Amino acid sequence: MHQKELIPHLFRTEFSKISSVLSRLFGIEHIEIAEDIASDTFLSALETWTYKGIPENPTAWLYTVAKNKTRNYLHRNKIFSEKVLPQLNPETITSFEVDLSEKNISDSMLQMLFTLCHPSIPPEAQIGLSLRILCGFGIDEIATAFLTSKDVINKRLYRAKEKLRDENIQIAFPSPAEIDKRLDTVLTTLYLLFSEGYYSEDKEEVIREELCREAMRLTLLLAEHEQTDQPKVNALYALMCFHSSRFAARKNSNGEIILYEDQDESLWDQELITKGAYYLHKASAGKIVSKYHLEATIAYWHTVKSDSREKWENILQLYNRLLQIEYSPVIALNRTFALSKANGKEEAIIEAEKLKLTDSHFYFVLLGELYKGMDDTKARDCFHKALALAKTVTDKQTIQKKLTLLQDINV
Amino acid sequence: MEQYALIMRHEDGAKVASPEQIQQWMKQTMDWIGNIAAQNKFVSGTGLPFDNAKVVTTKNGKPLVTNGPFGDIKETIGGFIVVRAESVEEAVEFAKGCPVLQGEGNSLEVRRIAIDDGIH
Repeated sequence: MHQKELIPHLFRTEFSKISSVLSRLFGIEHIEIAEDIASDTFLSALETWTYKGIPENPTAWLYTVAKNKTRNYLHRNKIFSEKVLPQLNPETITSFEVDLSEKNISDSMLQMLFTLCHPSIPPEAQIGLSLRILCGFGIDEIATAFLTSKDVINKRLYRAKEKLRDENIQIAFPSPAEIDKRLDTVLTTLYLLFSEGYYSEDKEEVIREELCREAMRLTLLLAEHEQTDQPKVNALYALMCFHSSRFAARKNSNGEIILYEDQDESLWDQELITKGAYYLHKASAGKIVSKYHLEATIAYWHTVKSDSREKWENILQLYNRLLQIEYSPVIALNRTFALSKANGKEEAIIEAEKLKLTDSHFYFVLLGELYKGMDDTKARDCFHKALALAKTVTDKQTIQKKLTLLQDINV
Repeated sequence: MEQYALIMRHEDGAKVASPEQIQQWMKQTMDWIGNIAAQNKFVSGTGLPFDNAKVVTTKNGKPLVTNGPFGDIKETIGGFIVVRAESVEEAVEFAKGCPVLQGEGNSLEVRRIAIDDGIH
């Protein structure tokens, strides 16, 4: 790897580790100091490596520099080191040693994850903070990911940090009794982070894949940790594996979306599918069936390309159960598609008409697909309504193609 | 929006049908619930298994426990679901789709839930 690619890569993987370990050392109130030292470390790398070349072990180099910078910082800021620090964490009075061992890094990151996903701050701030502190995203990257300005993100993160400070949230594992409750918020954040990357079509492809990869990295961290290796965590990781296995197959060379039915399954990542199956199996320990279990199992059935009665009947029943746990318009639409595959179009049309999700272009695309071949005039009407509601260029193109195809059949 | 209980009264399926037939009914029931849930109108629900069911009554001022089933076999409650509906008419429309009604003599009772209505 060249330096041009190496530094951003290391920034992504190591910035979060250094700042998590330091934050835990200093306490959440001094999270900015931790971030500053971590940023400063990378600045030094950029300066030094440009002239002296890349060191033999770049990660070790970064850790050594981070440790030295921390020591220097504490020397320079006597008040901080003598008055503030001893009160925060008594262990650090005796030594200024920064522990960057693998174990301490993963502990620190997990504890940080629980801290940032504290129920006292709103979900979008949780995701923003996680992206900044645990995934090493820049403010401008977060702004791009949320389709908003740097200013808005800066304010949002500032308020969230204030809140964590005011509430005096400790960077620590919640007690075993509390871990279950808090884990749900953490999983929701990771799920949203992944979905942000996987579903929103108006983002750059690079950012989308990066968001998904980071969500997976953090979820795996949870799955591999003794205290959080729980069925629903494994189920969420399985879900992410199955979905991301289709990344390469989702777009053609022009960057246009390829719908599931038209995808070349030889492009599906078999390694990720196998990994997903392994974690889904792990998730089946115990009696709890979470929404992640249901969604992961639906995603598993989608890795079987060939249509069969069994496949769609299974998917339909999983959607039936999922809707009882949690309703969303998207799940309702997907469920109705499964209903048409399992029970036939006549039945699905009756149920689809009852959904009345008339402000969604996806709803009219679904209706159009159901009416196609049954009542082509109605199908055309639906696709036209969908076209009028669609917002992105990609969506409009996809719907236009369906209309053209329908015309061709009837000519 | 109000909540209504749809209470199903039917024969014990295990006594009148093959396991395959019962599996078919189960699927139809799940699809029926899924149809309601897809409209965001499902609240909760459960089946009430017939095996080991008991009835507690009073005889001479003392509790008397007997085994079910109870009275006319088609009057037995086999389960219920709770739905959200704008009116009793909407709740009745949901009830009409219940596969239990395929059995002659089976029925659904539609009852408004009183919790939080400010009266009960």
